[in-house]
Amino acid sequence: MITLERRPQPSRAWSYLSPILAVLITMVVGGLVFAALGKPPVEAIRTIFWDPLFGDFAGYFRPQLLVKAAPLILIATGLSFGFRAGVWNIGAEGQYIMGALFGAGVALAFYPIEARWLIFPLMVVAGTLGGLLWAMIPGVLRVRFGTNEILVSLMLVYVADFLLDAMALGLLRNPEGMGFPGSRNLQQYPSAHNAELIANTGLHWGVIAAFFAVVAAYILLSRHIFGFNVRLAGQSPRAAAFAGVSANRMVLICLGLSGGLAGMAGMFEVAGPAGQVLASFNVGYGFTAIIVAFLGRLHPLGILLAGMLMALTYIGGELAQMNLQLPRSAIQLFQGMLLFFLLAVDVMTNFRIRLGRKGVA
Amino acid sequence: MKRRTLLKTGATAAFAAAVGAPLRAQDAPMKVGFVYVGPINDGGWTQHHHHSAKEMVDHFGDQVELVYQESVPEGPDAERVLTQMCLQGCKLIFTTSFGFMDPTVNVAAQFPDVMFEHATGYKTAPNVSVYSARFYEGRAVQGNLAGHMTRSNRVGYIASVPIPEVVRGINSAFIHAREVNPDVEFKIIWIFEWLNPAKEADAAQALIEQGCDVVLQHTDSTAPHAAAQEAGDVYTFGQASDMAEFAPKPRISSIIDNWAPYYIDRVQAVMDGTWESVNTWQGIGDGMVGIGEISSAVPDDVKAEAEALRDSIAAGEYHPFTGPLSKQDGTQFLAEGETADDETLVGMNFYVEGIEGEIPS
Repeated sequence: MITLERRPQPSRAWSYLSPILAVLITMVVGGLVFAALGKPPVEAIRTIFWDPLFGDFAGYFRPQLLVKAAPLILIATGLSFGFRAGVWNIGAEGQYIMGALFGAGVALAFYPIEARWLIFPLMVVAGTLGGLLWAMIPGVLRVRFGTNEILVSLMLVYVADFLLDAMALGLLRNPEGMGFPGSRNLQQYPSAHNAELIANTGLHWGVIAAFFAVVAAYILLSRHIFGFNVRLAGQSPRAAAFAGVSANRMVLICLGLSGGLAGMAGMFEVAGPAGQVLASFNVGYGFTAIIVAFLGRLHPLGILLAGMLMALTYIGGELAQMNLQLPRSAIQLFQGMLLFFLLAVDVMTNFRIRLGRKGVA
Repeated sequence: MKRRTLLKTGATAAFAAAVGAPLRAQDAPMKVGFVYVGPINDGGWTQHHHHSAKEMVDHFGDQVELVYQESVPEGPDAERVLTQMCLQGCKLIFTTSFGFMDPTVNVAAQFPDVMFEHATGYKTAPNVSVYSARFYEGRAVQGNLAGHMTRSNRVGYIASVPIPEVVRGINSAFIHAREVNPDVEFKIIWIFEWLNPAKEADAAQALIEQGCDVVLQHTDSTAPHAAAQEAGDVYTFGQASDMAEFAPKPRISSIIDNWAPYYIDRVQAVMDGTWESVNTWQGIGDGMVGIGEISSAVPDDVKAEAEALRDSIAAGEYHPFTGPLSKQDGTQFLAEGETADDETLVGMNFYVEGIEGEIPS
């Protein structure tokens, strides 16, 4: 008989091993699913994980990894603070949208004045503020009225989504767009365009911000009293309270931080790779970032790697769809499995398996 | 500086490979790419593009190879998918949704040797054509049938995204419903998406509850038909594909998109080296818009009248937008006997007189 026994201490080895194991199990089970669909499993896995990095056109795909990973890393880094402290911001997608709307709104308000030194920094500030304010709604409601921030932040995603629709059709619509929805393309507005800093590298300001956020988060978590308080609040709220950490302040700071970074990610995306405020602007980065945060063990460096891995599955997944005609849903299933197996394997961090009968008294 | 050079060289190599690909592909089949906005089994828009693409492949046999990607989000992801197709040697790429417009134009600028065909947009370039169908001609036939078939004099309309194409369809249907039934009213629900079975079903339900006994749709799924079937005496129309599985009732006719002849034409043009950027807009007469079998639920005289309308549009004897017509605000749109020119139709952003409500903006 197999029993699970709680470990006295979470296993350090398992906590590092489980993401790797989860990736491997996902590859195996994913391969089986692909085989069941009648596709060559090994080739499919190779297409997803190998080809974008070392395949025929890796020169094009490698920079794209950065473009895809940057918003994921930026959002996940912000989320990781809250997740450590037990503050569950599930609505990063909405904050991402609001950041994009605020950022694009500022840009379009200035259009067509050319003053990059003023407009672009202002957009960054506005985007961050947009996400931050949106995250403050569940924050303040929780602090003031004890509402559940999971539900409120999640529901606000749908509100933000409707606002995006309304903006794409109304206030921010391109007046020269022949009556079609969508704003002006910021890529054609030099003062607002978040362009590649070096051609064909994928490196835009959002990528730099993501790396900067990772470094800052690392220092904050390991060297600063705030990082200590965050960990304390998550592991032992009572001890944190005795140590003088205000639970309410922690909620607001964590939500503000994650909202701000998500907003910033949205702004960089709308001003750069996306270019336009469109109803179809958001593609789920805010939700995928949750997987990235956990896959990265809520650790800044882990998130960096997990973000790149997730970007790889997106781009490799597209390749697999095109080359092997894998259905898109199979790729989404594959990405979902990653979190599923991570959570499953994570059991091993806190428990160990005992074979044989239960201990006799 | 060195690093920069290196990166540049890498990028040049990638693009050289792209340009080189067609050279080695002289004898190999010509690769033709299709980018779809929905899943290939959506039962409507995307399914019919895919169906037509396959018909095109059947026509050419071994001479062409179909490369496609389904459910591509309209934004930066579309740009990457398009680039992937170019890198893999596609010579001609069809992008089958309005939202792919800017990505198509962007990628086309980078790959001048690849030809692009964008559906339902308005931006052209030396290697970008646009094509669309005069669906409003089919809407006229639907409106005529709806006006005859309704007993409550309330016709429901599930509208998708407020762009001129959809507005045009509503106007055309309304004009012809009023023509045969002066008491008819339209109830319009916008769902802001092209395909969302759940929202479509909700919208259909809401319209039926408001007393509509004919429901038209500009969305792609069969969900409204299922809702109508459940409700009983409600008539519907197939959209994009025949949706004949719901005939003879609730589905009494349909608008069928038939892109195959156009696809065959354009592929042939690339093969012959005669491809040129064009702006194609074809209707019932050219076969791009098909009217599905009018079912036995429709009385014979009504059916005959609708078919006569269809034939006169096909023959070019009648234009669905023929004056006298007024706009919703009462100002004159078309004088007696005047017909709308294509420019007006392409940018149509107003309702005609008699329709209640506003176009969302």
